[in-house]
Amino acid sequence: MINFVLLISRQGKVRLTKWYSPYSQKERSKVIRELSGLILTRAPKLCNFVEWRGFKVVYRRYASLYFCMCINADDNELEVLEIIHHFVEILDRYFGSVCELDLIFNFHKAYYILDEILLAGELQESSKKNVARLIAAQDSLVEAAKEESSSISNIIAQAAK
Amino acid sequence: MEQLKSIGRELAMGSQGGSSKEFLDLVKSIGEARSKSEEDRIILRELETLRRRLSDPDIPRRKMKEYLLRLAYAEMLGHDASFGYIHAVKMAHDDNIMLKRTGYLTVALFLDDGHDLIILIVNTIQKDLRSDNYLVVCAALVAVCKLINEETIPAVLPQVVELLNHPKEAVRKKAVMALHRFHQKSPSSVSHLVSNFRKRLCDNDPGVMGATLCPLFDLISEDASSYKDLVVSLVSILKQVAEKRLPTTYDYHHMPAPFIQIKLLKILALLGSGDKQASNHMYAVLTEIFRKCESSSNIGNAILYECVCCVSSIYPNSKVLDAAIEATSKFLKSESHNLKYMGIDALGRLIRINPDIAEEHQLAVIDCLEDPDDTLKRKTFELLYKMTKSTNVEVIVDRMIDYMINITDNHYKTEIASRCVELAEQFAPSNQWFIQIMNKVFEHAGDLVNPRVAHNLMRLIAEGFGEDDEGADTQLRSSAVASYLRILGEPKLPSLFLQVICWVLGEYGTADGRHSASYIIGKLCDVAEAHSSDDTVKAYAVSAIMKIFTFELAAGRKVEMLHECQTLIDEVLASHSTDLQQRAYEFQALLALSSQAIENVMPLDASCEDIEIDTSLPFLSNYINQAIENGARPYISESERLGTVNTITPASASHYQQDPAHSLRFEAYELPKPRAPPPSIQPSSTSSLPTSSSDLVPVSEATYTTREEQHNPKVQTLADQISAEIGVHLKLEGVQKKWGLQTYSSPSAPSTSSSSTQKATNGMVTSDTIRQSSLDSRKQQVPEVSAEKQRLAASLFGKKAAERKVQGGTRRPAKESQPAVATSAPEPPKEEKVIVPAAPPPDLLDLGEPSETATPTIDPFKQLEGLLEPAAGSDVASAPSPSVSAVKTPDLMSMFTETPSIVDSKSSDKGVISSTIAKKGPNVKEALQKDATARQVGVTPSGNNPNLFKDLFG
Repeated sequence: MINFVLLISRQGKVRLTKWYSPYSQKERSKVIRELSGLILTRAPKLCNFVEWRGFKVVYRRYASLYFCMCINADDNELEVLEIIHHFVEILDRYFGSVCELDLIFNFHKAYYILDEILLAGELQESSKKNVARLIAAQDSLVEAAKEESSSISNIIAQAAK
Repeated sequence: MEQLKSIGRELAMGSQGGSSKEFLDLVKSIGEARSKSEEDRIILRELETLRRRLSDPDIPRRKMKEYLLRLAYAEMLGHDASFGYIHAVKMAHDDNIMLKRTGYLTVALFLDDGHDLIILIVNTIQKDLRSDNYLVVCAALVAVCKLINEETIPAVLPQVVELLNHPKEAVRKKAVMALHRFHQKSPSSVSHLVSNFRKRLCDNDPGVMGATLCPLFDLISEDASSYKDLVVSLVSILKQVAEKRLPTTYDYHHMPAPFIQIKLLKILALLGSGDKQASNHMYAVLTEIFRKCESSSNIGNAILYECVCCVSSIYPNSKVLDAAIEATSKFLKSESHNLKYMGIDALGRLIRINPDIAEEHQLAVIDCLEDPDDTLKRKTFELLYKMTKSTNVEVIVDRMIDYMINITDNHYKTEIASRCVELAEQFAPSNQWFIQIMNKVFEHAGDLVNPRVAHNLMRLIAEGFGEDDEGADTQLRSSAVASYLRILGEPKLPSLFLQVICWVLGEYGTADGRHSASYIIGKLCDVAEAHSSDDTVKAYAVSAIMKIFTFELAAGRKVEMLHECQTLIDEVLASHSTDLQQRAYEFQALLALSSQAIENVMPLDASCEDIEIDTSLPFLSNYINQAIENGARPYISESERLGTVNTITPASASHYQQDPAHSLRFEAYELPKPRAPPPSIQPSSTSSLPTSSSDLVPVSEATYTTREEQHNPKVQTLADQISAEIGVHLKLEGVQKKWGLQTYSSPSAPSTSSSSTQKATNGMVTSDTIRQSSLDSRKQQVPEVSAEKQRLAASLFGKKAAERKVQGGTRRPAKESQPAVATSAPEPPKEEKVIVPAAPPPDLLDLGEPSETATPTIDPFKQLEGLLEPAAGSDVASAPSPSVSAVKTPDLMSMFTETPSIVDSKSSDKGVISSTIAKKGPNVKEALQKDATARQVGVTPSGNNPNLFKDLFG
């Protein structure tokens, strides 16, 4: 099971966090501090895994962004490494050549996408197409809702309020 | 085209995301913050603004949505935004789908399942689970997975179960995952739903089936026996998956549904463990997967590794075992650290079946042990721990301790220390060695080891090694004393270790006559003085001093009270700790006794003699008889006294007819107890207790041990009995038809791109084999491996097994005492490092697998290249051109240099690159440059701010 997902930039800035096991706000900060100290300092070509507090953290670097996932001791590290890549490929599809900037300004969208890939700390969907289809459906629904709310009658209603 | 795209991006960042200029400014200023404290200041200011705005009762809903996202952003950066949680809960209740989604997203980010606000969201969730819009239901189910806790499960459970039959597969899948979560939180709540999981395993949609494997894995790992009937079906599913019967959308890097395969293999490993019949079904499909899996891609290796795990768990079969061994040795011989790591882990699993497998890889293992990568090193220690025998225990434990001394990570230090202790206890070749190792462990990790270990060590020194050789035991003790006296000179020692030292010095400090009593007492006083804040150490020291005194007095020698000792006792007499006080008073009392009495109270070296307690106290019988003769009433035991009251039950009719007590009894009636014989009628009991009062004086060790035992109550594992429901049977033919669509598996399906990939991988393979063969020839020329390594290998893997006598290890049965025959390992994986031209994984992005570059072309989405493209670029560039070295250096200010330098190297090497570009599509280069600038801006915007933001806002 994946206990949390963490995106940190090379400078140690947090780009996205998702916690599947309960951690208090204080613990979260501590975890992020500890792990960025541990992972960002690792030389290239070493293992993409770090053993940490009895868990294993699998990380992968894309440009200046580190994608980290913390898993239990008996999970398959290589698989998780590919889950990360799966996530990135889907992000890439969605944003069209995704870059860190996309994730910074659209972090809520990255969360929606992550919610379609991982659920309750497990991989729920391994088909890129299915994920893309669901996200697209959600987006069009939101689009429709927005049009509705920005229609003239609505604006008048808002103004009258 | 390019412009269109960047406009699209602007739209996405600006208006479409609904975020205002304020939010963008916030994100930008965070991006520009130079230190954590500056970032904190900005966020605190932001939170203050939001708090003020949110206190306004009339906020437009669109604005509210943005505020919530800003709160989520602040939380993500580690700040407390709890004041806004309630607004997120309210927003989830909104009817507008856009706002509802935001509400659910932020609620799931803000709250854990233990939060007080959960109770408020349950109603919203219940309503949304009934919604006609499946996307609303999905959003609610995602929230269910995160937020519903044990108490609220019943509120949503019926609805979630109903959703298992929803027409949309996305809903079914999420409902399965929600039930999986419920099972994790409260197994009993879903125990009656197991049949539903079995039904979902046959779902039309592979996604739902894949999701169902998660709860099944949990259920089976708790109780495999009730699911043995699934073996055949699961094997058949795995076979179909491996034969590419699933839709191609589940393919990942040309592997058919690898994530589902892995999950299935995990489940099969559980079902086949120790079950020959079940395992028989699996061998064929495992062999097939071993054969099919290409080890050139990461995901292929992930499946291979899982296969190895499965093989090592199920009932062994020589054919699949050979395949597993082969896969493992490929891992170990790989250049990639990741694969080596997996190889070491796999080897650790395989040696449980056949310990000889390790020998072939001894040099690879030693390389990993000496690797600078800490992760790999630790994994290797884990392997060594698993393969320790009495022949190699010394080398392994020494290595472990050397490593332990140099690390600061307390968590791992604890683990490795306890492993050292365990190995030493199990395989110690000699007592001397054992004590030495224990001393080292205590010295360097004393505060981290379990107190039990300390007590074991003390007991060991006291009991000796069980042999009748008194001389050896005394020698052991005096060497322990000598080593402890030496160690006491160290400036800082862990408390637990000091306790051991004090105890041993007290018991045996003067036993061999080498050290005078006053010398030992002086040392003990020093310890107590140096650790005046540690009451436990002090208590041990005082008790030890007391013992030394009494031993001396009992032997008829006179001991003078040292000045410092007197001060210590005086101080302790007035201590706040009652325990310390009592020890001091006992000490004083003992000093006043005659030497005869003292000898009885504190017998020499009697710490491990059992103190027998005869509760009938026979030594008092004379006294009692006398008293009875003088007219005293005989003692009536408690049970008898109670028995007289309980006259209602005939069984308790007693000889002593007394008036029942007339007063009211408030406590409940007790069950009738078997009456104990009255103690006074036992004058002739044959008690071995020699003298009076010997069990009245509390002996310090005893009290400590009991206390220690109380700390470790046995934790009862609550094995939940989940009733097996075998009512539903799998319809396998159905499954086959659903997935066996000819359109998917027809050979004409793969597009041209895949053939190019094939070529690429083929190219890889051939170059690989060339390298391999050159390696082999080199190997024959240079069969030499450094002598030191050879020696280490031999000592680890048992070359000296023949010479070394298997001694020691008497205290517990040794794990495996097979006489490992050494092979003189000639294969030098070390050499590989030198020969191989070291093609580094591209630094910028490690998407470097050749199979990777082909994926975009199959894609319907044309603009995927951004992340994938540079990998291809650097891949090509990794041909030995000098300009590339700049790309590879890891510690450049990667941000600024990496991307441009690749572009540079491209232009310098046009011939090769243009071909890749042609393959990729027209606007790759621009996209790259744009990305480079974008990254520069977004990630570490420098002072002279680039124009990307101007574009956005202008």
